[in-house]
Amino acid sequence: MKSLRTCLFAAAVAVPLALAGCSSSGGGSAPSSTTPTTTAGTSTAAASDNGGGTQVVKGSITVYAASSLTGAFTTLKSDFEKLYPGTSVTLTFGASSDLATQINQGAPVDVFASAAPKNMQQVGANALQAQNFASNVAEIAVPAKNPGKITKLADLARSGVKVAVCAPAVPCGAIATQVFKNAGISVKPVAQESDVKHTLALAVSGEADAAVVYVTDVLSAGKSVKGITIPAADNASTEYPIARLKNAKNAAVAEAWVQYVLTPAAQKVLTADGFRKP
Amino acid sequence: MTAAARALRARRAAGQGTPVLVAVPALVAIVFLVLPTIALLIRMPWSRIGAIYREQHVWTALRISVESSFEATAAAIVLGVPLAWLLARARIPGVSLLRAFVAVPLVLPPVMGGIAIFAAFGRFGIAGAQVRGILGEDLPFTYLAIVVAQLFVAMPFLIITVEGAFRISDRGVEEAAATLGASRSRIFLRVTVPLVAPAILSGAVLCWARALGEFGATLLVGGNTVGRTQTLTTAVITVMGDKPNDAPALALPLLAVALVVLGGMRDRWMRPVAG
Repeated sequence: MKSLRTCLFAAAVAVPLALAGCSSSGGGSAPSSTTPTTTAGTSTAAASDNGGGTQVVKGSITVYAASSLTGAFTTLKSDFEKLYPGTSVTLTFGASSDLATQINQGAPVDVFASAAPKNMQQVGANALQAQNFASNVAEIAVPAKNPGKITKLADLARSGVKVAVCAPAVPCGAIATQVFKNAGISVKPVAQESDVKHTLALAVSGEADAAVVYVTDVLSAGKSVKGITIPAADNASTEYPIARLKNAKNAAVAEAWVQYVLTPAAQKVLTADGFRKP
Repeated sequence: MTAAARALRARRAAGQGTPVLVAVPALVAIVFLVLPTIALLIRMPWSRIGAIYREQHVWTALRISVESSFEATAAAIVLGVPLAWLLARARIPGVSLLRAFVAVPLVLPPVMGGIAIFAAFGRFGIAGAQVRGILGEDLPFTYLAIVVAQLFVAMPFLIITVEGAFRISDRGVEEAAATLGASRSRIFLRVTVPLVAPAILSGAVLCWARALGEFGATLLVGGNTVGRTQTLTTAVITVMGDKPNDAPALALPLLAVALVVLGGMRDRWMRPVAG
């Protein structure tokens, strides 16, 4: 019995060591003896690694992120892993409300990036020092052929125009409601979807004449939809908070990821996808 | 020794009763299947239920859920039973490929079912113009759209169940009817279908249960509009995004309907074809 326990202990120690050794590109020495080798030109990110000065940024983390972040975070993941050799980031995307529910049910997550402050509040004290890192505004997506001949926001109120929005309970739905209110128009949507990607799908497939989605969704859809800009005076936005979670398995890497997302380099990636500054 | 214990011992001696090999896994299965439902009931926000039902349009959504799922099931019986016969009996080339196609909705991810319906019957769908010609409007976002979505996803359950019954049903009776001069359609209606009636019923129940719980395709194709195309299932998702703690309350009517209908069915109705 004793030998089995020793064996298990040895395995428990050896596996992470072996993994660290495998994933570190700069020579496989013991984790405690190396510090991340930063390359030139990325000093901002390295310098902002505050709070974890004595900790080693190595190992793997899991990041839960709102589905609208799919493109940007996938790019950031490879940049981050290059910046901190020996780290590995697993990204999971989904509706912010679903992700928050999973975190509350004890999902092994290190960092949560939500599409609305409301869903960050949902995880409560588990979120440590949430900060806004981006914001997103609404835009109208119309099918490439523009069957409803939509050219401006007010066209959505015309009778016979099929408009898709998100359900009012979802952040993108709350924004659509706000936009209609700001513009003083009454829109009767034919569809209220549970997820912004489903709303977008209705414009992509041409079933809806117009869909109120985020600017970032219009960009990600490429040529399959046309974007119609909503005047700034009528538009509404949502803030994206990010936080390390209290029960993170790897606090050092988690904190490094949060700080990295706030660096100018990462902000540039987010801007390219259509996100605004917080 | 009590009478009950004596009776138990007597049954054991006669080699009857439940074998341990069956009892233990069955007990595990019961706990596994029943506990989540019981847990959902325990964690139900009972004190807020009145308020939730008033503000979340639960009754309308329940009515739409029940009506559309029964309509989808009726359509599945009318269309699915003949198709099941075809799959079981007809000697046509490519029948196994056809069977594979019939099963596709079973494995299609929920939202993809919706996209597939758009591609076939939607505004710009392959048969979109014909559908518009019949209905006078586009199919998506209408009440009929949610029935179609449920039919697409749920009918395979009925077809597969009934096809199995057609395969093993006694053909001797049909042949006897034929020698007595009955027409083929008459034999199908008066002999073949009654033979597999229990399977049609159990297939219809499966189909109805699936239609009642259908979410992905219904949400996308129907549009989740309150009072018209929002079912209780799609309403759950909307509430989940807003007040997650309220959401279980919306499952309560579905649980009740399912327990009443399925619990009320007599054992003998649920049997497959009697030997």
